[in-house]
Amino acid sequence: MDQHLPEQSPPQRRGLTAIDGALALIAILLIVQMWLLTATLESFLAGHREGVLPAAIISGVLLLACFGLYLFVRGVDREVRPFTAPKR
Amino acid sequence: MKPPRTAEKDPLWREEVSIFAADERYVNRRQFAKFLVLTSFGMFVGNVWILVRSWLTGRPVYPVRAVAMVDEIPVGGVKLFRYPGPDDPCILVRYSAADFAAYSQKCTHLSCAVYYSRENGRLECPCHEGFFSVRDGQVIQGPPQRPLPRIVLERRGGQLVAMGVDLQTERRA
Repeated sequence: MDQHLPEQSPPQRRGLTAIDGALALIAILLIVQMWLLTATLESFLAGHREGVLPAAIISGVLLLACFGLYLFVRGVDREVRPFTAPKR
Repeated sequence: MKPPRTAEKDPLWREEVSIFAADERYVNRRQFAKFLVLTSFGMFVGNVWILVRSWLTGRPVYPVRAVAMVDEIPVGGVKLFRYPGPDDPCILVRYSAADFAAYSQKCTHLSCAVYYSRENGRLECPCHEGFFSVRDGQVIQGPPQRPLPRIVLERRGGQLVAMGVDLQTERRA
């Protein structure tokens, strides 16, 4: 059974660190986006409409950044992790 | 560079459900990243929804309508009415012999109905103890961030006529 629980190689460990960093960045961007949504809604309900369009654009940019980081995570995952089982 | 996954060699489940414990860390993180990106997409949709609402909603036109007779409200008394539409409850307060003020009755926090507290001389929201000044509708304390929308009143003879709604969003000194 131990052969199915291999120790992580140095590239795998580095990949995991990179993915953790990307996840932290995504989380930060998401928090900013949540704040932006609540602030925009509050502003809109207060009758201010001038900030609605810039907020939507910024939210879209943040979404693209999150998606880019997700692609990075997926790329690291595909690069580092073997999909095929080792031959016995 | 890995060769592309082929169905006969690497089925999809093997990519998503790894049989290696070490690989689970990658799968979990990748799926969590996907979840976060979907949440981010939800935030973006929310912002776009606000944008569309702001485009579709034009500048409101308020009707001019008599809402009360001066004599029917005693000093310290109130009258409830609806303005500008039937779904917009408002409260009219006579806080001194010569002064009237009318506001939307929906608390700007979570839309509970505010009432006039005569002994405290303020409008109070019973839900989360948000208090508003009866003179100008500004927030005195509590969770509301915005003042109560003020109904613009005009005195025409013995009538109080509603002329419009002032959202009171401009900062006041």
